[in-house]
Amino acid sequence: MSNREHLNHLLGIKGLNEAQIQTIFETADTFKDLLNSQVKKTPALRDVTIANLFFENSTRTRVSFELAEKRLGADVVNFSSSSSSVKKGETLIDTVNNILSMKVDMVVMRHPAPGACQFLARHVNAQIVNAGDGTHEHPTQALLDAFSIREKLGDVAGKKVVIVGDILHSRVAISNIQCLQLLGADVMVCGPSTLIPRNIHTLGVRVSHNLMEAIEWCDVANMLRIQLERQDQRFFPSLREYSSLYGLTAKKLASLSKEITIMHPGPINRGVEISSDVADSHSSIILQQVENGVAIRMAVLFLLAQHKL
Amino acid sequence: MLYCNWQMKSPKLLLENKRIDLIIKRFAAQLFEQGCDPKTFAIVGLQPRGVQLARRVYHELKQLNDQFHLFGELDHTLYRDDIGRGEIHLPKPSNIPFSTEGKRILLIDDVLYTGRSVRSAIDGLMHYGRPAQVELMVLIDRRMERELPITPQYWGLVVDSKSTGEYVKVEWSDQEQMVWLLDEKR
Repeated sequence: MSNREHLNHLLGIKGLNEAQIQTIFETADTFKDLLNSQVKKTPALRDVTIANLFFENSTRTRVSFELAEKRLGADVVNFSSSSSSVKKGETLIDTVNNILSMKVDMVVMRHPAPGACQFLARHVNAQIVNAGDGTHEHPTQALLDAFSIREKLGDVAGKKVVIVGDILHSRVAISNIQCLQLLGADVMVCGPSTLIPRNIHTLGVRVSHNLMEAIEWCDVANMLRIQLERQDQRFFPSLREYSSLYGLTAKKLASLSKEITIMHPGPINRGVEISSDVADSHSSIILQQVENGVAIRMAVLFLLAQHKL
Repeated sequence: MLYCNWQMKSPKLLLENKRIDLIIKRFAAQLFEQGCDPKTFAIVGLQPRGVQLARRVYHELKQLNDQFHLFGELDHTLYRDDIGRGEIHLPKPSNIPFSTEGKRILLIDDVLYTGRSVRSAIDGLMHYGRPAQVELMVLIDRRMERELPITPQYWGLVVDSKSTGEYVKVEWSDQEQMVWLLDEKR
């Protein structure tokens, strides 16, 4: 969490402490109740205007943020780089400052460059929420993942969580590792050695290259998507080989001595990192993650508006 | 009705267990005497301390007529008009397990001060339907400090303190309830 003058931002999990995360969870509990009630909307942020700046494609995160903002009664403007003056060569600061001059209070930004949100927080006069910056961080995804584990298993502390797949290119993995560790979970990463950063052990995580060993150890398996769009070279021989070694199937799960919880941050490549029957099974909490995403984002925006984070 | 008007020497005990018990019994008797219809009469306590008072009033009312069954809890945090303007508020759960449509709703809070909390509570309540009538019951009415045109129909004690720094503190546990008047918020 960094400050420019009096402003607070959510730039990453790094900088949050456990108490702040618990406050976000407790606030999200209330918002989840609200979302499941007959009254889904409140006027809490009626005098706040929020700009959603998406310089990268997104379905879930964008819709989730927009719904969270609208449920809180904020005014929302949406912006995507493909239909903007960014294509004409305008810089990020100029683009954002032009939007802010129309009296916008908060900016939710997704950007392909790692650190873009930190950069913006230093140079513009608005609260920034990081909705994913390159391979760096995706804090609200990590929060909703940990919130979903807490909901399913009662607590995050003491739970064993394995993150499987493309750790090298994953902002979800980096944010998840930090968030889960802050909450007292034991974290393992699993994948081919080419997709696991060489110094990942310095974050205090276990490393495995064997999926069966990893899922036998864990309580929760978070399956990541292979991010072909971020890969400028081949990190494994073929998708088929990756899938046979690291894809989660019902057969592999059936061979375990216990039942584990399955997560996926989406979008799912069915048949690659996870088979359809596993994604749709009762052990999977993938759709609960999406549902919790709105409550977590409402909590983050609500707390930021009160300068609580 | 009880009224207080004095030069304060802080802290001053305004109400203790016995007086509060009497006030709650009086509230229940007033409601019962009015002939409230248990089918349409509902008690809604405001989070957090209004709920504790509301539970006591509801319990006493059920002693007089066990047909009363409509009870809810309402958190007005998300309807406040001061979000982002200083004091930090975290939302608490609301639970109104009945339709408010056409009901006679009694909102209960511990202290009525500026009237802004009650304004936001009415706003929140309207999201659950269109009640036939909304009334207000409070333990303490600080009527000199009102910022909105809101008046309670039922009150326990009127405190006419004018000093802007003064603060009414309600301590409420299962064993003990006390109301203090303090020089400042602490």
